[in-house]
Amino acid sequence: MTRARADEEPKPISSSSSSGGGTAMRVIVPLQGVVQGRGGLFLGSVIPCALFYFLQLYLKRFRNDPGDPNDPSSSSPTQNTASSAPSRSSSSGQLTEHHGLPRSLSRSLLSPRNVGGPACVSGRVISILKTGETPCDVGSKQVEDDPYDEVGNPGGVIQLGLAQNKLSLDLVKNWLAENAEEAIVGGAGSNGIAFYQPFDGLMELKVAVAGFVSQFLGKEVSFNPSQIVLTAGAAPAIEILSFSLADSGNAFLVPTPYHPCFDRNVKWRTGVEIIPVPCRSADNFSLSITALDRAFNHARKRGLKVRGIIISNPSNPVGNVINRETLYSLLDFAREKNIHIVSNEILAGSTFGIGTEEFVSLAEIVDSEYLDRDRVHTVYNLSQDLSLPGFRISVIYSYNNSVLAAAKKLARFSSVSAPSQHLLVSMLSDTKFVQKFININRERLQRLYVKFVAGLRQLGIECAKSNGGFYCWADMSGLISSYSEKGELELWDKLLNVAKVNVTPGSSCHCIEPGWFSFSFTLLTEKDIHVVMERIRRISQTCKSHS
Amino acid sequence: MTQSHRTTEPEHRKPTTATAMRLIVPLQGVVQGRGGLILGSLIPCALFYFLQFYLKRHRSPNPPSPSTSSSNLAGLPRTSSRSTLSSRGSLGPVRISARGISIAKPDDSPYYIGLNKFRDDPYDKINNPNGIIQLGLAENTSCLDLIEKWVSENLSDSIMGRDGDDLSISGITTYQPFDGMMELKVAMAGFMSQVLGQAVSFDPSQIVLTAGATPAVEILCFCLADHGNALLVPSPYYPGFDRDIRFRTGVELIPVHCRSTDNFAFSITALDQAFNQARKRGVKVRGILICNPANPVGNIIPRETLYELLDFAREKNIHVISDEIYGGSIFGNEEFVSVAEILEAEEVDKDRVHIIYGLSKDLSLPGFRTGVIYSYNESVLAAAKKLTRFCSISAPTQRLLISMLSDTKFIQEYLETNKRRIKKLYDSFVAGLKQLGIRCSESSAGLYCWADMSGLIPSYSEKGELELWDKLLNIAKINVTPGSACHCIEPGWFRCCFTSLTHEDIPLVIERIQKVAETCK
Repeated sequence: MTRARADEEPKPISSSSSSGGGTAMRVIVPLQGVVQGRGGLFLGSVIPCALFYFLQLYLKRFRNDPGDPNDPSSSSPTQNTASSAPSRSSSSGQLTEHHGLPRSLSRSLLSPRNVGGPACVSGRVISILKTGETPCDVGSKQVEDDPYDEVGNPGGVIQLGLAQNKLSLDLVKNWLAENAEEAIVGGAGSNGIAFYQPFDGLMELKVAVAGFVSQFLGKEVSFNPSQIVLTAGAAPAIEILSFSLADSGNAFLVPTPYHPCFDRNVKWRTGVEIIPVPCRSADNFSLSITALDRAFNHARKRGLKVRGIIISNPSNPVGNVINRETLYSLLDFAREKNIHIVSNEILAGSTFGIGTEEFVSLAEIVDSEYLDRDRVHTVYNLSQDLSLPGFRISVIYSYNNSVLAAAKKLARFSSVSAPSQHLLVSMLSDTKFVQKFININRERLQRLYVKFVAGLRQLGIECAKSNGGFYCWADMSGLISSYSEKGELELWDKLLNVAKVNVTPGSSCHCIEPGWFSFSFTLLTEKDIHVVMERIRRISQTCKSHS
Repeated sequence: MTQSHRTTEPEHRKPTTATAMRLIVPLQGVVQGRGGLILGSLIPCALFYFLQFYLKRHRSPNPPSPSTSSSNLAGLPRTSSRSTLSSRGSLGPVRISARGISIAKPDDSPYYIGLNKFRDDPYDKINNPNGIIQLGLAENTSCLDLIEKWVSENLSDSIMGRDGDDLSISGITTYQPFDGMMELKVAMAGFMSQVLGQAVSFDPSQIVLTAGATPAVEILCFCLADHGNALLVPSPYYPGFDRDIRFRTGVELIPVHCRSTDNFAFSITALDQAFNQARKRGVKVRGILICNPANPVGNIIPRETLYELLDFAREKNIHVISDEIYGGSIFGNEEFVSVAEILEAEEVDKDRVHIIYGLSKDLSLPGFRTGVIYSYNESVLAAAKKLTRFCSISAPTQRLLISMLSDTKFIQEYLETNKRRIKKLYDSFVAGLKQLGIRCSESSAGLYCWADMSGLIPSYSEKGELELWDKLLNIAKINVTPGSACHCIEPGWFRCCFTSLTHEDIPLVIERIQKVAETCK
């Protein structure tokens, strides 16, 4: 199968690499007449220069440049999304537009001098608004407007695009029913919940978290509570690390496919760039140091300073884990280049280990061997591990004192409210409950994953090997009309609007190979799986009959 | 590994040289004809340079789409072994970003030094009678009993739902919109009109909820100003603004000095002066940040000044951010007017006005980390909603607040009792200071008083002020905020937050200040 893929690949490549020379030729050929004929030297040099100037102008206009925000055209209503927003589908009618602000005047007559238009917002905000809506946003909105319900709305959209685990909600519910009141009021008194707390989290919770993390990693890793900073969700945790490790204009290497939220969490406010390091299906999308090295050198040639690598382990959206040997090589690579490693382990509590691959936390390696630890930073997502995404509590675990000091201060912008902290302190301290939860949750995840993958296989859709997470990463390249991003988005659009299932297309994850889709199966019941498969089958039949 | 590099490099060069040839050939005529040696070499060089430039740009587009795959990646051998790499060794300790370093620096503001010191040695009547008494944090404990009672009666119903049904469990555990649940926005809108002005109806769709007022301030700054722009802030101002705004946004704060002779009320003339000065320095002013009721002074901005301020903002075409977080903590006779009320009454251009609110002060729930951005500007609202992914409020807390804010009878009773109790504490604290000959500026709101201790400082300067602050902290063991931390231009003023004290604590505080005052005289 992989070989067939390799045969297909050269098509898009050859067309793209020849385009550079092609346009150059088109520019130069008509010049020959001028140069050799009447124009002579002067025109022969002026015209190429002028052409080049216009070329630059053209390129500049079509680039998504946040540094040129006061472009008057950007404040008028526009449907132009930046080139990075890949949705060209029929759903693009829903893409953001911000309105030309209507001005009203009455008191302006009072002030003698007149005004130059509406108050303008900052350039960086215009660029945030301009990025428009990704397929994920469009899909989620459709789910919100028309959610599937077995009884109430059987024709609605089924959500397969949101990383949320509902499989073990019953366990949490029972625990909360028994303990919530005691945890919030009894444990601390409202003195504890009403007043100012340290922005970076209560010490009790940090201690509980340290115990919890080593529990679900199932290893003899000792976590030091004083190296923990708590934040309101994984998004601020990643953003805070991005702020503290890199300056505006620096870059991080990120293996692709990566979760679409990185584009927002790492880049939006920090001014930091992401350099994608492409992984391929031939390697089951696992990371290779060679590719990292190449991306690093490439960035350096472009004058970009690379400050670190951000990895997701287990990978999100593919779901594979990074093996021990690769982690060692990664640490060596980081040491050689003197850069940081951010290990995003927000799905670490949701591994289900089919086969032999075991999950190894980077913290475990750093803990067991003395390497220079200053460069290693880990992010965990407590609320995700416990199926409580609404709680929004994440953990930055770092070995670098400066980073910890900065992160503790920056936590003022994303602190967790005290009632939730107290609730979690008691929940995590109940180790018996936690152990039971982890085991049952794993078992259920695995069962559902196996079912879902089997269902897809019956339709002829193969999934990449996965050991964790709420996703499966499916190869639907057989169903796309053209082997390109456009073909992929067409299929995505059909799945959303015809089959009514919301999935995440690989292009949103910056996957280099078209035709891959991420299905989040943890919101489904086993019954729902049949509905989903039936819907996909209908689409796949129309796709095949076309070709 | 190196070998693989060598093999790939020629592939890179090939297309470049080929196109270069195509470029150079037509130029031969020029070179061999009239042009001469210099031009003949210069022009191809320039063209080649531009071509390279062009190719380079097109070859590495920033967000690579699936079509830009390079063919040679798949053929590369896998990772080299660990030992060969690590033998080269490390280049020394890894560095963090410059902004990270500047944030990680130890605190130098007396405001934070005092807070840290308090944390290490807090006063307790029985266990630590010689500890530090906290007068530096605007926190209100006077109505804790009311909150305690309500929470104990309603907690499980509000979080778990009345009969613990599935829907409400999903309500707290599953993903919620980053910018807050709609129910909470509706409840918050009702609460805000109750507190900030009965005449105003707040629109829930103009509300964005954040994890405390701190991120609300930061998000607004991100939205309204770019790196290097500035906001005008009447000083003395709340010392936390320096961190809220300067840490990450790169926006400058330009203090507009107010003076004791005007009871620290700001004047449009001073604003205008500061605006022009900034413009001369080449700094672009994007807005004015006011605190109403003012922190640390506690005075209220009169209606007429608000009108003038809006006119000024319109004339300069800048934004107005009004921080009204103390809007419900009013105990004096002055009337509080929210800027929302003025916008409601008159059809002025609203899209330059943004209000910050929160529950930390008026409802004494700083631990709940609930802040509000209320804006009339569509773009700002759209951007702020997206940015709340970095500071959303935990769902159980939102549920709790929905019930609490919807309980209008409780809220009404709470607000009235709170005002009464603050007033009582204020009166007795100010009277105590008066006995020592320390005068406070007139104030009618807030959880603090603004005391003039210039009679006690050894030299009329910032240095003298900090010496007195140091004595108060280390000898008298009370933590107050010196005016210099609030960028006050006149030395000798101190902010004392009295609402975390009980009535029995006040004589003790006054006594401790007296001891220091005696040594100063």
